[in-house]
Amino acid sequence: MDDRTLRAAGRIEGRPAAPGLALGPFVRLAPVRPLARESRSVAEEHQALADALAASQADLALLAGDVADAEAEAILSFQIALLEDDNLAAPALARIAGGEAAHLAWHAAMDGEIASYEEAEDSYFRARASDLRDLRDRVLRHLAGEAEQRVPAGAVVAADDMPPSTFLATDWRDGGLVLRRGSPSSHVAILARSRGVPMIVGVDIDRLEAGAQAMLDGDSGILIVDPDSALRADYARRRAEQAELRKALASFTGPASTARGEPVRVMINVTGLAELGGLDPAETDGIGLMRTEFLFQGRDHLPTEEEQYQIYRRMLQWAAGRPVTIRTLDAGGDKPIAGLTPEGDLNPFLGVRGVRLSLRHRDVFGAQLRALARAAVAGNLKVMIPMVTVPEELDQCRALLGEAIDDLRRAGQDAQMPPLGMMVEVPAAALTIEDFNADFFSIGSNDLIQYVSAASRDEPQLAELARPSRAVFQLIGHVVKHAGQSGREASLCGDLAGDPNQVAALLDRGLRVLSVAPGALRPVKAAISRYSGPAA
Amino acid sequence: MDKLRASVLMRHEVGLHARPSVKLTKLAKNFESRIDLGLSPDGPWIDAKSIVKVMATRAPKDSTIYFRAEGADARAALDALVTLVDEDFQDGR
Repeated sequence: MDDRTLRAAGRIEGRPAAPGLALGPFVRLAPVRPLARESRSVAEEHQALADALAASQADLALLAGDVADAEAEAILSFQIALLEDDNLAAPALARIAGGEAAHLAWHAAMDGEIASYEEAEDSYFRARASDLRDLRDRVLRHLAGEAEQRVPAGAVVAADDMPPSTFLATDWRDGGLVLRRGSPSSHVAILARSRGVPMIVGVDIDRLEAGAQAMLDGDSGILIVDPDSALRADYARRRAEQAELRKALASFTGPASTARGEPVRVMINVTGLAELGGLDPAETDGIGLMRTEFLFQGRDHLPTEEEQYQIYRRMLQWAAGRPVTIRTLDAGGDKPIAGLTPEGDLNPFLGVRGVRLSLRHRDVFGAQLRALARAAVAGNLKVMIPMVTVPEELDQCRALLGEAIDDLRRAGQDAQMPPLGMMVEVPAAALTIEDFNADFFSIGSNDLIQYVSAASRDEPQLAELARPSRAVFQLIGHVVKHAGQSGREASLCGDLAGDPNQVAALLDRGLRVLSVAPGALRPVKAAISRYSGPAA
Repeated sequence: MDKLRASVLMRHEVGLHARPSVKLTKLAKNFESRIDLGLSPDGPWIDAKSIVKVMATRAPKDSTIYFRAEGADARAALDALVTLVDEDFQDGR
C-alpha cells in the first residue's frame, strides 16, 4: 500500500474477510428507517403502498431472473407469490383507509402475519417467518425511499449485515462486500472466500460517503470511495500482478510436498456441490470438510434423508475414491437455522450448537446419520462430529449411527459404518484428546482460537486477541502428537490452514494433512514447497 | 350452477408448505372458475388462488385436501389440482 492510497480522502479501514480486489459502482444498502417519512392523505398513502408493493415485486422478479440455484429460486418465488396475492396487503389497506400512515399500516399488518407464522407448531412454517420479514423490510425500504436493496451486478456493496440468501442471489462479478457486522468466520464470509468475492468487515459504514465508485482491497481490509485516476491505475496494476501470481501458482496443481520431498496432503473445505463445479478433483487429496449446515439454511424445509443421501453420494462420486469427510450439522453459533436453533440465545457460541443441538433433535440428526450410513457404501466417506466436548457425546453419536445402520439393514437397504471422527475445537477436548474414541481428529482452528482466547471472532476490537497464539499452537501440537502415537490421522480444517503465512508453523507442529478453501489450494501448496523444516 | 367437488390425500413430506403452495396457487390461477380449498368436506373454505390463505391453513402431511369449483372450467381445474397434489407437487420432496 503506497502513500497515495494511505492519503486517499474516502479511505476507510476494516478487517479482511475474503481476499481479492474489487472495483465497481458503490452501493450502500440502507437499514430500514420507516419512521423517516411523513403521512399524507388516505389516497396518497394508499398509492404509496401500492407503488412500494409494485416496486418490490419488480425487485424480486429481477432477482429471480438471475439466480441459478434452486434454493434461492424457491425463496424468491414464494415471496413473489405473496406479493401477487391481494390478500397480503388487504389488512394494511384497511388500516390506511382508517387513517393510518402507509408504513405504519404495512408494518402492523405484516407483523400480525409474521407472528402467526412464528406461533406455528410446525418448524417448517415457523421458519417462513423470515421470508415475511424480508418482504416486510423490502416494502418498507421502498416506502421510505431507501430502495437500494436491489443489489446490482458487479457492485461494491456496503451494509450492516447480509443474509446468505441475499449474498447467493447477487451477481458479484468484479464487485465486493463491506459489512459493519459479521466476521471473517461468518457464514457470508465463508461463502465470499469460496466464491472469490473480496470482502471486509468491522467497517463503520455510517462514516462512508456516498460515491459513484469504490475500490475494495480484501487482502488488507481497505475500502476507498471514489478513487482518483492514480489509484485506479494502481488497481489495474495490482490486478495484473495477481493474475501474474495466479500464473506462477498454476504449476501447483498436483500432490504437495515440502522442499525436502516429504508429502503433505491438501484437501478442500466445501459447502455443497456447486463449489465442485469448476474444480478438477485431481487438484486435491479429497474433501477434508463438507459443511452440511448450508444444506439446511435459507430453504423451505429441512433436507430429507433422501435429499441428503443424493448430495453426499454425488460428492463421493466427484472425489472418485479420495476421502470425503462430511461434518454432521454444525448449526448454532453464527450459523442459526430458522426453526431449529434456539432464538434469543444470550451466548450462542457457548450454547446449544453443533453436536449438542444434534443430540437434542434426534429426528433431524437421525435422518442425517441414515443418509450418511447409506452414502458410506458409495465411496470413501468419513463422518465427523462438531463441537465434541466430552467423550460421551462421541460415544452417543457412534451408538446412534450403529442403530441407524441396523434399522436400514433391517429394511433391506445397504448401509455401512464409516470411520467416525471428531472436530477438535473445544479446548477441553483438545486437552484430554486421549480420552476420545475417535477414528480421526480434525482441528477446527476458528472456534478453537476463540474458545482458547475467550475473545469473540465477531468483535472487531479484539482482533488482536483472536489470533493463533502460542497457546493455540501448543494445543494443536498436543492433538497431533497423540494422533501420531495412536496411529490415527490428525488434520486441520480451519482458516489457519488456508493462510500461506501460517503453513510453516503448522508443519512444525507435525501436521501433514491440511484442508483449505478451494481458492487457497495453490498458494498453500506453494508455501508447503518452500518449507524445509521441521525447525530444529 | 352446482359446485363440483373433489378431494385428495396430500402425502407431501412437509405439508402444504411454501413450495407446494406456490405451485398450487399458480395452477389454480390458470383457471377462470372460482376454486375453494378446505381441510374438511364441509369447509371452512378459502380461496385456492390466494397463497396467503393457502399457507394459513397450515395443512400438515397426510391431510386430505378438499376442493370445490364453480365455473366454465371447473372440472378441468379440479382434475389438474388433484393430479398436482396426488403427484406430490411434482418435486418428490
